[in-house]
Amino acid sequence: MLRIKPDQKQRVTLTVNGRTVSGFAEPRMLLTDFLRHELGLYGTHVGCEHGVCGACTAIIDNVATRSCLRYAVQCDGLEIETVEGLADADGTLNTLQKAFNENGALQCGFCTAGILMSATRFLQENPKPSTDEIRDMLSGHICRCTGYEQIVRAIRQASGQ
Amino acid sequence: MKPVAFEYCRPDTVEEALDLLKEFGGDASIISGGLSLGAMLNMRLVRPKALIDINGLSELASARAGDATIATGTLVRQAAAMKFPELMSGVPLLAKALPNVGHYQTRSRGTLGGSVAHADPSAEIPLTLVTLAGAVKLRSPRGSRDVPAREFFHGLLTTDRRADEMITGLTWPIRREFTGYAFDEIAQRHGDFAIAAVAVAATVGGDGTIAELSFGLGGVEDRPLVAETAAFVGKPATDATAADIANTVAEAVDPMVDLQANADYRRQLVRVLGTRSLSAAFAEAAELRESA
Amino acid sequence: MLGGGRAQQPIRSVDISGIETPGRWIGARYPRSEDAALLTGNARFIDDMEPVAGIRHAAILRSSHAHARILSIDTSKAEALPGVHGVVTGADIAGAINPIPSAVRVPIKFYPIAVDKVRYVGEPVAVIAATDRYVAEDAMELIEIEYESLPPVADPVAALEEGAALLHDDVGSNQVHHRTFRYGDPDAAFAKADKVVKLEWRYPRYSSTPMETYGVVANFERQPDRYTIWSNFQGPFILHALMTGALGVPGNRLRLITAPHSGGSFGIKQAMFPYMVLLGACSKLLGCPLKWIEDRLEHLIGASAAADRADKVEAAFSNDGELLGLRFDNIVNVGAFVRAPEPASVYRMHAASNGCYRVKDIFVENRLVVTNMTPIGLNRGYGGPQFYYALERVMEAGAKELGIDPAEIRRRNFIQPDEFPYDSPTGATYDAGDYEAGLDQALELAAYDDLRAARDRARADGKLFGIGMAAGIEPSGSNMAYVTLAQTPEERAKAGGRSGGLGTATVSIDPSGSVTVKTVSTPAGQGHQTVAAQVVADALGLRPDQIDVVTEVDTLTSAWSLASGNYANRFSSVVVGAIADSADKVAKKIILIAAENLEVAPEDIELVGGEARVVGVPEKALPIRRVAAQTHWHPAGLPEGMEPGLFETTILNPPMLEAPDEQDRVASAVTFGYVFDLAAVEIDRNTGEIEIVKYVSVHDVGNVLNELVVEGQIYGGFAHGLAGALLEEFVYDAGANPQAGTFADYLCITAPEVPELTIGHFNTPSPHNTLGAKGMGDGSSMLAPTAIANAAADALGTFDVELPLTLNKTWAKANGLDYARAGAARAKVGDGPREAGAVEGGLTGSGAVELSAPPADVWKLLLDPDTLAAVVPGCEALNQVGDDSFTAQVTIGVAGIKGVYNAEIDLKDKVGPHSVRLVGKASGALGFGEGEGRVTLEAVGDGRTRLSYTYRANVGGKVAAVGQRMLGTVTKLLIGQFFRGFDRRLKSGGNGDNGAVRPGFFRRLFGGGGS
Repeated sequence: MLRIKPDQKQRVTLTVNGRTVSGFAEPRMLLTDFLRHELGLYGTHVGCEHGVCGACTAIIDNVATRSCLRYAVQCDGLEIETVEGLADADGTLNTLQKAFNENGALQCGFCTAGILMSATRFLQENPKPSTDEIRDMLSGHICRCTGYEQIVRAIRQASGQ
Repeated sequence: MKPVAFEYCRPDTVEEALDLLKEFGGDASIISGGLSLGAMLNMRLVRPKALIDINGLSELASARAGDATIATGTLVRQAAAMKFPELMSGVPLLAKALPNVGHYQTRSRGTLGGSVAHADPSAEIPLTLVTLAGAVKLRSPRGSRDVPAREFFHGLLTTDRRADEMITGLTWPIRREFTGYAFDEIAQRHGDFAIAAVAVAATVGGDGTIAELSFGLGGVEDRPLVAETAAFVGKPATDATAADIANTVAEAVDPMVDLQANADYRRQLVRVLGTRSLSAAFAEAAELRESA
Repeated sequence: MLGGGRAQQPIRSVDISGIETPGRWIGARYPRSEDAALLTGNARFIDDMEPVAGIRHAAILRSSHAHARILSIDTSKAEALPGVHGVVTGADIAGAINPIPSAVRVPIKFYPIAVDKVRYVGEPVAVIAATDRYVAEDAMELIEIEYESLPPVADPVAALEEGAALLHDDVGSNQVHHRTFRYGDPDAAFAKADKVVKLEWRYPRYSSTPMETYGVVANFERQPDRYTIWSNFQGPFILHALMTGALGVPGNRLRLITAPHSGGSFGIKQAMFPYMVLLGACSKLLGCPLKWIEDRLEHLIGASAAADRADKVEAAFSNDGELLGLRFDNIVNVGAFVRAPEPASVYRMHAASNGCYRVKDIFVENRLVVTNMTPIGLNRGYGGPQFYYALERVMEAGAKELGIDPAEIRRRNFIQPDEFPYDSPTGATYDAGDYEAGLDQALELAAYDDLRAARDRARADGKLFGIGMAAGIEPSGSNMAYVTLAQTPEERAKAGGRSGGLGTATVSIDPSGSVTVKTVSTPAGQGHQTVAAQVVADALGLRPDQIDVVTEVDTLTSAWSLASGNYANRFSSVVVGAIADSADKVAKKIILIAAENLEVAPEDIELVGGEARVVGVPEKALPIRRVAAQTHWHPAGLPEGMEPGLFETTILNPPMLEAPDEQDRVASAVTFGYVFDLAAVEIDRNTGEIEIVKYVSVHDVGNVLNELVVEGQIYGGFAHGLAGALLEEFVYDAGANPQAGTFADYLCITAPEVPELTIGHFNTPSPHNTLGAKGMGDGSSMLAPTAIANAAADALGTFDVELPLTLNKTWAKANGLDYARAGAARAKVGDGPREAGAVEGGLTGSGAVELSAPPADVWKLLLDPDTLAAVVPGCEALNQVGDDSFTAQVTIGVAGIKGVYNAEIDLKDKVGPHSVRLVGKASGALGFGEGEGRVTLEAVGDGRTRLSYTYRANVGGKVAAVGQRMLGTVTKLLIGQFFRGFDRRLKSGGNGDNGAVRPGFFRRLFGGGGS
């Protein structure tokens, strides 16, 4: 059984976007803070820290979920995919990212990383979603800029529809 | 918005988890999905000395079908449950309820047992379990016990679970013959906790009358409850009876009041959603009779 | 021909259907250059930056009380916590800085932190600096504050009543601004009217809640003394002057730098400037750089919002529907302080008080009121949603009363296309427009006749179906002077002139030939980089991707002015003009150099495809980068008299932005776009659900600069308007405690709630802008609340509707029932003074229980301290401190949410064994409560007693803000449990088990619920 004292800093090793990385975290350190301030992966954003807005959504252990409701120590040894892993190494945008760009699916871009990660996993599970299914999936995200319409279009386009 | 400092414990067995509960004597929180607990931790509303992470207890993450029931481990994720064919066909009410639970991004991590443990009065999974007269499996160093779901929920966020107990699983009665199931809810936004939710299991006899009925209400009072409908057993399973039942129950409930809705509106939703869902369940049951 | 490719283009309407004119980037549907960084996680926001070494992290302790005197603050335990660098209180700040100046001349000392008294829940009380945010929050809980509660003011109308508590004693009233305005002869217009229509309503308080919260990094350095503040502030930099005033330094000693990206603002990030002052002052006091990232709970209770208002309007009509006169009566709830630029929210639309109409005779009365609520500020549409809610509803109500179609009544009153530029009676000069064409397009897109037929059919089926519309102009590029309407002409004359709205931009080409644009436009998602690059690309014959655009600000190194920043749709109305002019200057120099090198006349040079070419002789050309490089590498070879280098800055002041005149008329803005919205709704009578059957929005944004960006703004504005109409509200209870403190209670609109939007365009180019563009971005955020309200009114048969149209409210209205949100503060329109209770509270209730003992026994037990101590298991110590006074320490825990509360209880008006009044208060880490209850005993035979109770409690602090959903039900739960336990004790003769009994009724009154 693993036990970590409240003030004890524990080494946490993750595989992020295929790379093994590690840092130190007390038990209460949120995964979002660990990714951002320990690992320097600022692409994952913090919007509410209470699991509602979806900005921090990442693919953790193969599911798209809120990273603000996880503690870094819980994730030791897990695989995590974040927005930094979507494009090619040379910066070429993937199909989904391109669709977001072409459809104007982002404005301030703060919520975008979370939506991209949700949509990435969602399209793997449901490659040809209907508009209603996309809107249902998006209900777990708050975007204040776009009014959502162009995001729906982008995801439709990325799914080849 | 950061939690208080706590000790992190990841037990490898249920026994270890129970030892920890005993050691901390009520000052520990069990975390599974963490969708509600995580928010309360971050807001410092919950301030445990220790967090017991049971996500490593893989024996609690499976489901097993028996003759009359399906047992789901407490760690079965809501999204995983939706992909488990035996559970979805065996417990059709749960299949109808689960898409209403939270969002894609929360169902992926949220567990069936976690929702029951949290005991939000509006939550869909507790309502379904209560409506179907399922049970909650609890373990403590003192042993195991099965609590009927209808006795498990004491009130808002309050259950029959004692400080040294943990929920290990849920028991779901399998669908019954000639029984129709319906689930409906109204929330201010898609995916929010319902202002009111209704769940119905209705068995229709060969003569077209109601043979058995369970009419569950969520979000109406401080816990999910099953309405008193014994007087309607034997009545024709029609739309008119459906309305009659819903109207009668609406008068009998003592609804809660919050920012979203007052008692009158919750009563009205019991009438509207109740009529709709009872009718739908009756129709489904009648169809099953016809096609038999 | 001088000036490159762009300036010669005639200003013309761009076809939105997306045909890309070769060689012309403006108007194209050009995907944004900002996106790649944002889509790959490479964009840097304020919390992604550590611009200076040695940063400590700040947390801000905020008031849990709406109105209270601070008796003492003890920070010693917090300061002793390892990892804590220091704690700063209001007293420290008051000793270090000046109050922040205000636009309104009233004796209010506005500090960015409470000094002697707190005036709203969420007001900063102390700042803690620590090694990280976790430790800072630990320390925050160790600060002990003693408050003395004062009566709260939770409603702007109640605030004006005789005897209301005063927020600012020195003002002597809660009314902090009052002016009346008369244009034309409104009394005569009303006297000759055939019909006068009046409406009265409350407009709710809501905000666009940007997804990124406020963030500040502040560093104070010595020799020379200078504050450097990095933030996601959006400007305007007129507030720079207020900040330097507060900090007591000259302008060059306050260096503001914005992060490259900002996660949305919608005006809300204007209101962060007091935090910039606060953190700057703390950095100086504590001697270290500080970083503060506001969390969402702080944001929802303490940031900013659009004003809620209590408004009235009257409209005078002739029988044939001519709008003859208007009277506006506005009461604006500014919250606890008049934070700059208030009272601008009520003056932004003032100079266009006639809307789209020819009406000349207008009366306006504005009152600003302070209450114990969070100060208000800019929010998308700034004052527009509230203004159109008056004008466009009264137009529709007039149509209904006169039996004229609502489209037709607008058509009859619209300013006509040949009247532009049109001088509004209130001072604005509308640049260009064709309002009727927009209306016609909307009716066509909505298939209005079919829609009306559908309404007839639906109504015949007994359904609630309604159609509503709203027309509005969209003022853009503000005149900084419009705020001075808050002063009388005499006061203005004394204060000296104010006018203008400068836009600045720099276009430069460096020695390598690469092009950079600096706009200081601080965008938060509006695509400024893309559009600026398009504008410059056209001027220089380059591709947009060859041009880098820097939009962030550094006040020490950028060309900026008072109006700089991102608000009032000023980018496309003003800033692009400055960019275009700078680009023209650069192009002109390139052409002159190229002409000399190629030995042709400048008129024969065109800038195309990255080259300066001789027109008609494409092989005779020079690369632009080479020509540009010459200005750096070989200045001696430049044409005679030409300045070396290519660094062209334009400071543009739209000439029409003059100072207000003596009749209080002001040219408030540069361009006036136009929006016409039409909504059709069906309301489910049984559930209150509103289905938006059709929504059409037609826009005139002048020449379109980037179709994709314009479309994005339209969709976004629509969603905000819809959110205000249907969902979003900062609800306060009667104790001025915010009730919507989380994203689970403040209901931001999400994807499934947004219906299909049909967009129409037509464009009348603006003569006030070099490119013919108008400002845009507010759009339907201003009109959708009204269009939806009008449609709902049409469906429900009454204009007495109140936003947001939540399910419960709509259902109640559809069925003729009264509805007030649980604990909501607002008095109903027309109500007199509310009952003056000893305790103003948000949580009320009553009930009765039958107990198995006669009244005398119940009485005895009820007042017995030992019983109370025993029945309440969480009661760790109950001390009798007077005949009828007790103190107690109570631990209340529900569902693991546990809190320890120190309580004081007094028993009053004892009439044994009949009735008693209990008054008490308690406070703990999760919040505080104060309240009173009355208990009445009545014998009901069989030796039994009926105990009736009523209570009213004021619950504040975290538990009220984030646990609102639980408060009512927890109360019931606890009361029920208390009486079950009490009854058990009665039955057992006063010694019953207390194991299962929860803290109860009495504790509930003052225990804050423990939820």
